[in-house]
Amino acid sequence: MKIEILGMGCSNCNKLYQNTLEAVKQSGKEIQVEKVEDIQKIMAYGVLSTPALAIDGAVKVAGKVPRVEQIMEWIK
Amino acid sequence: MLKYLADNLVYTLVGVQPGTRLGEALDFFFYDTTKVFLLLGVIIFGVAVIRSFFPPERSRKLLGSRREYVGNFLAACLGIVTPFCSCSAVPMFIGFVESGLPLGITFSFLISSPTVNEVALVMLWGLFGWKIALIYTATGVTLAFFGGIIIGKLKLEHLVEDYVYQIKMGESETIVPTWKERLGYARDYTKDILRRVWLFVLIGIGLGAWIHGYVPMDFVLKYAGPGNPFAVIVAVLIGIPLYSNAAGTIPIVQALVEKGLPMGTALAFMMSIVAISTPEMIILRKVIKPKLIAIFAGIVSVAIILVGYLFNAIL
Repeated sequence: MKIEILGMGCSNCNKLYQNTLEAVKQSGKEIQVEKVEDIQKIMAYGVLSTPALAIDGAVKVAGKVPRVEQIMEWIK
Repeated sequence: MLKYLADNLVYTLVGVQPGTRLGEALDFFFYDTTKVFLLLGVIIFGVAVIRSFFPPERSRKLLGSRREYVGNFLAACLGIVTPFCSCSAVPMFIGFVESGLPLGITFSFLISSPTVNEVALVMLWGLFGWKIALIYTATGVTLAFFGGIIIGKLKLEHLVEDYVYQIKMGESETIVPTWKERLGYARDYTKDILRRVWLFVLIGIGLGAWIHGYVPMDFVLKYAGPGNPFAVIVAVLIGIPLYSNAAGTIPIVQALVEKGLPMGTALAFMMSIVAISTPEMIILRKVIKPKLIAIFAGIVSVAIILVGYLFNAIL
C-alpha cells in the first residue's frame, strides 16, 4: 500500500502528513508514505484543493485534514 | 445578557469603578471576548456544514457553462461558501482554468473567497452588528463581481503561466460525505479554527479594550477622520501587505471606530487585509506572471479605496 500526501507545503499539508504517519505507526502495517509537492503531479490526481490524500492512486480526501482515526479506517 | 454578565463580573465581583478607564477597558474585554467566542463557535460550525456541500469541484461544475456576467456573479457568490486555504489557491486556479473557465470568472472567485469568510463575518456581526456584516458581504461580492469582469475584459490570458494551459487534469471521483462525516469535519474544522485564532482574538480584543478605555475620544478622529482626505488610501495601503486573520484586526478596528475612525475607512482597511495578502501573492506567482498579479492587486486596491470613500460619504 502506498499513501501519497498531495500538497505544496502549507501547515495543513504538514498536519496531514503527520496524521498519516501517526496512523500508519498505530496500525503497525508496512505502508509507504510519500509527499507529493509538484503541482503538475498534484493536478494529475484531479484535486482542486489541497491538502489531499491518495491511497494507491485513489484520492480519499481533498481540501481537509482528516483525523488519525479516519486515516486508520482507510488503511485497515 | 452578556453585557449584564460582563458588567457584573467587572464592576461587582472585581470591584472596579464603572466609568473609569480600567473599568471601561475590562468591561469591553470580557463582554466582547465571550460574545465573540460564542458566535465564532456556533457560526463557524454552521458554515463548515454548508461548505461541505460546496467543494471546489462542485463550484467548478456549477460555473462550467456560464457566460460572462452571470458567471462572474455566481463565482463571486460561490467564493463565499468555498473554503480558502492560501495553498489551495494554486490547484483551484489551475483546475478552473484548465476546465475552460474564463479567467475573469476565476478571478471573481479568487477575490470573494478570501474576502468574505465566515470568521470575518462573525467578528463583524458580533462587534459591529448584522447590518455592517451584510454591507461587508454585499461589498465583497460586488468587488469580486466587477474585479473579475474587468480582468476578463482586459484579456490577460497571456499573463498566466504557460504550463497551466498545458496541464491535463486527472479525473477524480467526487467523494460525497455522509452526514456523520459532515458533522465530524465541521466539528474538527471549528476546533481547528478556534485553536488557530483564539490568541489573536484575545490580543485583538485586548488592544481594542485598551483603546476603548484609554484612548481619548476623537483622538482617532483627529488623524484619520473626515478631516484627512488621504486616510482611506493610507489605510488600504497599510492593509495590503498585512496578513492577519480577520479575528485579530476587527476588534481593534471596532475600538478605533468608536474613537472616531469613519466606517468607510474601517471597512476598506479590513477588506484590504484579507482580499490581498502577501503570502497569497507569493503563492499565486506559481501560476500567474507578476504583471497580472500587479494588475489584480491594483484593481482590487483601487476598488477597495473607492468603497472606503463611498461608505464614508453615505454611512
